[in-house]
Amino acid sequence: MDLSALGSCVSQVSCVVTQTTSGLISGMLLFLVSCGLTLIFGVLGVVNFAHGSLYMLGAFFAYTVYVPTHSFALAILAGAVGTGLFGIVFERFFISRVYGSDVLMQLLVCYAFVLILDDVVKMVWGASYLSMGMPEAFMVPPLFIAGGVVPPFYLFLIGISALFGLALWLLMARTRFGKVVRAAAQNGDMVAALGIRTPYVFAAVFALGSVMAGAAGALAAPVRSLTAGMGFSVLIESFIVTVIGGMGSIVGALVASILLGLIQSFGAIGFPLFTDGLMFTFMAVVLIVKPTGLFGQRVR
Amino acid sequence: MQAKGTIRHGVSRRAALKGAGALTLASGIGGFPHIAKAAGKVIRVGMNTILSGRVALVGTSSSNAARLVIDKFNAEGGAGGRTIELVVRDSKGRPDEAARVVRDLMDVEGCEIILDSEASSGAFAVHEVMRTRGVLCIHTNSETSQLTADPKMHIPTVFRSARQGIQDAVGGGQYAAAIAKKKKLTRWMTCSPDYVYGRDNTAQFMEYAKIFDPAIRLVEGAWPKLFQPDYTPVITKILQEKPQALYSALWGGDLSAFIDQGNLYGLFHNIDTFAVNLGDYSVLKAVKSLPKGLHSGSRYNRIVPHSAANEAFYTAYTKRFPGQWPTNWSWQNATGAAFMCDALKKTGGKTDGKLLAAAIAGRTIKSPFGVKGTITMRAEDHTIIDYAVAYGITEPVDPYLTDIQMADWGAILEHEAEWKKKKGYA
Repeated sequence: MDLSALGSCVSQVSCVVTQTTSGLISGMLLFLVSCGLTLIFGVLGVVNFAHGSLYMLGAFFAYTVYVPTHSFALAILAGAVGTGLFGIVFERFFISRVYGSDVLMQLLVCYAFVLILDDVVKMVWGASYLSMGMPEAFMVPPLFIAGGVVPPFYLFLIGISALFGLALWLLMARTRFGKVVRAAAQNGDMVAALGIRTPYVFAAVFALGSVMAGAAGALAAPVRSLTAGMGFSVLIESFIVTVIGGMGSIVGALVASILLGLIQSFGAIGFPLFTDGLMFTFMAVVLIVKPTGLFGQRVR
Repeated sequence: MQAKGTIRHGVSRRAALKGAGALTLASGIGGFPHIAKAAGKVIRVGMNTILSGRVALVGTSSSNAARLVIDKFNAEGGAGGRTIELVVRDSKGRPDEAARVVRDLMDVEGCEIILDSEASSGAFAVHEVMRTRGVLCIHTNSETSQLTADPKMHIPTVFRSARQGIQDAVGGGQYAAAIAKKKKLTRWMTCSPDYVYGRDNTAQFMEYAKIFDPAIRLVEGAWPKLFQPDYTPVITKILQEKPQALYSALWGGDLSAFIDQGNLYGLFHNIDTFAVNLGDYSVLKAVKSLPKGLHSGSRYNRIVPHSAANEAFYTAYTKRFPGQWPTNWSWQNATGAAFMCDALKKTGGKTDGKLLAAAIAGRTIKSPFGVKGTITMRAEDHTIIDYAVAYGITEPVDPYLTDIQMADWGAILEHEAEWKKKKGYA
């Protein structure tokens, strides 16, 4: 514990700027992954333990498109769309069969796919780690804002992650599709009785969650080592986010992700050996004070 | 013919024949390998290594390198008319699995020699398996000094053909201190993975850097988790501390991600960075924007040492395994296999552990990886000396290292001896 270093940091604007942007970037990428996870749980009632693998797939799809084209835009598109398409197949053939099953059954199916997808990645892309490299547009010196260091690529990531989040919120809150999804989450049988094909709605929701995870993987790919199993650490943090924010709450996922990002970045200065411990402590406190999470409602 | 209701006493001839047949079959398939196969023409050499998970690449590079040496041995006719068959098995990087695999290699698969290509955690488990076996075993990848330095660990038939942590630390500390004195780098920070290897390696490096330049001061240490995906909080912490120099024992994909993310912050522009594990092709080829001017340990490089023999090894490896490059584990396994083959030639193909150990202990062989073209297996502690310990400056194109400084083995041996006394090993 180094409280003097933390005190010194928060008293300097440059340190606050650097650490805050650092926390925001970690938080926003985490939000993209966890909002898909929380959406799938909120609507489908499935705890998707394979969500980290979707993040991994997004990164590898992006890598595959980026290497020959050197277009980061196409890479993001490939990561998001490719993972979304995989999500539809995954939901239709496997996940749809465990709707309503207990968590253990869902865990078994999802964990099987974690192992399968890791092996598929090894077979297709190799066992070694890969590095996508920084898109040329972002190979520029960092910006200095109030003395703090801010990489332009990270500003871009924060912005585009926020856009993805906003688009998802608008889709769910302001469109007919969103209304149908929310209605299906409340009472799927009633929605089906009204003539809406709920299996398609569920597949679309799962695909949407997959798109968000794939987009996160694609966006993070330039600054991550791409390797089989890379989704695991993201998965754990995503679950912490969904627990803190409230299972099923997208706004909760946003707030919890940013809080976790800030805990990590400032914790690295004040509690260098206890940053993970801080996250779990925070989660425990939230669970004690508000068991449904900060923005969660009573679980179905 | 036996009447109903009577009890058969003894064992009939037919039953005895059946039992004998079953026993023969069983020993042929799996059991009693030493009786059934020791006299066979082919010598089965078992290799346990990591072929799955995040470090599968280096496990594969271990078996590749051993195969190159063994193929050459076989092409030359072997020893005493016997050739070698390499049997490679995956330990998944788990110590318990490594111990099980090694037992199976000897007891079920009939292997007469073991090349233990595990990282340190697995190597210690395998070491205990070998304690009572009397079989030749060469640890080819574990760099933990204690494995051979501690007399309590000594097993007459077990050797190590890998770098030794203390030797690398002295060489690295010597280099770092020379740079620090020249550039007046007194304010140092470290950033290494938070597990035994990262902590031990970093402590030893800094200890010797301070011995060679007492002005060096360690202001802070950052300890990211192993396989941590996001290094941003660590990088910004380093920026806040404003060290003049940084030492890192990160490796593999972690080091690659750290460099890619550090580049975004211009981390390496004003901080002299020393990364012992950077100089491995697996990292150098993966990092897309390798900064110029980082100080890198030479794990394996085709120009360290700069010799025709080393270049020939690199060429043979890349030709035999297209799209792959030798790693630090490759040269260590090639060295282990070379000592094994040399010993087999001396024993005329006999695989008795004591005979082979006598042939290896104290032996000096020609080697592409030796500073003077040779590597010696020290008799007193069964570990190698005179291999290339070097640091250089990175450049973004092959061969990736320039201004290479070879460590002085005289100083390494002197400080190693003092270290052993201090630890109570000598």
